[in-house]
Amino acid sequence: MNFSLRRVWAILVKEFLQMRRDRLTLGMVVVVPLMQLFMFGFAINLNPKDLPAAIVINDPGPFARSIVAALQNSTYFDIIAQTNDPKQARQLLQRGKVVFVVEIPPNFSRDIVRGTRPDLLIEADATDPAAGSFALAAFNTLAASALRDDLVGPLAARAQGPPPFNTVSHLLYNPESNTQYNIVPGLLAIILTMTMVLMTCLALTRERERGTYENLIAMPATPLEIMLGKITPNIAVGAVQSAIILLLARFMFHVPMSGSLGLLGAALAIYVVANLAVGYVFSTVAQNQLQAMQMTTFFLLPAILLSGFAFPFMGMPVWARWIGEALPATHFLRIIRGILLKDNGLPEIWPDIWPLLLFTLVMGTIALLRFRRTLD
Amino acid sequence: MTNLAIDVKGLTKRFGKKVAVDHVDIAIPEGEVWGFLGPNGSGKTTTIRMLCGLLRADEGQGTCLGLDFRTQSEAIKRQVGYMTQKFSFWEDLSIRENLEFVARVYGVEAPKQKVEATLERLGLTARQDQLAGQLSGGWKQRMALAACMLHDPQLLLLDEPTAGVDPKARRDFWEEIHALSAQGLTVLVSTHYMDEAERCDRIVYILNGKLVTRGSVADVIAESGLSTFTIEGQAVRHLVQEFEGKPGVDYAGFFGAALHVSGRDRAALESTIAPYRARADLTVAEAKPSLEDVFIHLQEDAR
Repeated sequence: MNFSLRRVWAILVKEFLQMRRDRLTLGMVVVVPLMQLFMFGFAINLNPKDLPAAIVINDPGPFARSIVAALQNSTYFDIIAQTNDPKQARQLLQRGKVVFVVEIPPNFSRDIVRGTRPDLLIEADATDPAAGSFALAAFNTLAASALRDDLVGPLAARAQGPPPFNTVSHLLYNPESNTQYNIVPGLLAIILTMTMVLMTCLALTRERERGTYENLIAMPATPLEIMLGKITPNIAVGAVQSAIILLLARFMFHVPMSGSLGLLGAALAIYVVANLAVGYVFSTVAQNQLQAMQMTTFFLLPAILLSGFAFPFMGMPVWARWIGEALPATHFLRIIRGILLKDNGLPEIWPDIWPLLLFTLVMGTIALLRFRRTLD
Repeated sequence: MTNLAIDVKGLTKRFGKKVAVDHVDIAIPEGEVWGFLGPNGSGKTTTIRMLCGLLRADEGQGTCLGLDFRTQSEAIKRQVGYMTQKFSFWEDLSIRENLEFVARVYGVEAPKQKVEATLERLGLTARQDQLAGQLSGGWKQRMALAACMLHDPQLLLLDEPTAGVDPKARRDFWEEIHALSAQGLTVLVSTHYMDEAERCDRIVYILNGKLVTRGSVADVIAESGLSTFTIEGQAVRHLVQEFEGKPGVDYAGFFGAALHVSGRDRAALESTIAPYRARADLTVAEAKPSLEDVFIHLQEDAR
């Protein structure tokens, strides 16, 4: 067989014509790199600043005030709560509202003046060890230099040498800063999003592509019946995947499972359905399987990058966090890390459960509204 | 007066600026088999889809099985068997699985037994476990017919059910249609085959979305006012061009080996034909116009 450039040209022209007709693909070619550029370029921050912190002040003295002011002025910490109740602060930590709790002990100022080096306690949420490490490292220096200006006159000698207090840091929930404890449960969230959306996004698309859609809607089945019938088998797939990943997490990676597995199961069910609903919405939009796949990619990218799975959520700018809040993966990540590592119960995870329920409801409604009962 | 299974007036559908179906009236008495004819793109599929609620009509009103076809399409769906032009069953399911699925969606009582009986009736029992995707055209069509009869519909809407099916399978199919019609079922079947049109009680012919003619085959032929001559013989292949545009000739073309020359102006046609009668190598005879002559004439006329 001889080689003919004209034949190559003929095929090339045909491919171009077909490419031009597939508007969605062309759009994706432009939008996906832009999305990646924005997310990697602006949203991801491996040295998170402005981490929310609570401060427990048991001593109203001047040194305590200086430390609060120094932390507040630093770029690493954002004091969102001041209290004298350690329980309340711990609860904020438990619910993930703050990453740090700084506790200034009673008689802190007096002990500094006396030179007995009081303990300054900082508790860090180490479920995501990467998130707080820089801030934690900066804490000691920050506190010490905050007091330097106060240590004048008779106390000037305290400003020299080691800081006049002991910094005691507690890494809570993951004391060994084991990255796997963070990544493996997170992976369950990502894998479920990926497979669940992928499986349902083809639900109607496949029918449309194979020409069976006309037959399906010619029969007396309602959109809700069709949706439930198509989504439900995938719940079983999700259950199998979850079981496999959780077993491996437990026995291969030794991820602690301190919370209620029943509660985790219930949250998993909601999360799986939320993702199935997204996939189903895609399948009401996509004209062919390629488009459905592209939409899945479109959804998956932010789920991986902006949910707090790969990079610290608190490190992202506000706009990226808002996008994150709209994704089921973000909420489920908090839920599963909370249940497994923090022994969270329903009251603690509820702030992340209702967004999942709302998301599912909205997606289900969109899917039903978009479902075409005619071929118009 | 018998009841009408389909009684619609002014049926109209537009796709953008194009009028696909233009004020079509159809009234089919219960228990009759009607053929729906017309060239490709004339609006047959669109009409059928509107009747079974798969497309919304832009205009028109009427009833399908006594139900308002515009507002009660869900109720109509339950009593209509619709066979799509393109095979639209699940190719990765077996015949039996497809039928059981359909039976359940329609809420058929005792679906398994019903499927069993339908398989038996259409001679599909031996192939029930074959995947639908692996069936040949004839078997696919038979399975599709089985599927649209499962819920005992009162009306069958069949969209070119025999396209691409061999003659034997087509004959079997029509025997089944006649058997169903004998049981009181109303059938509207679109087709391009003239022999199938002749098996129908009445035919409807639409062209560019407009209903052009309807009635029994004999009526349609008589109504056309067409005269047709057949010319046979050795040299006949070269004669077609000679007739084109001659006085009285509306259409000249081959049907098998014979040249058919048709026209509505009988006198003019006779005088055009006259010289050829004398030729020894040709046999000229007057023939009853066939349905095909009539349809081609109608189609040429519209140009």
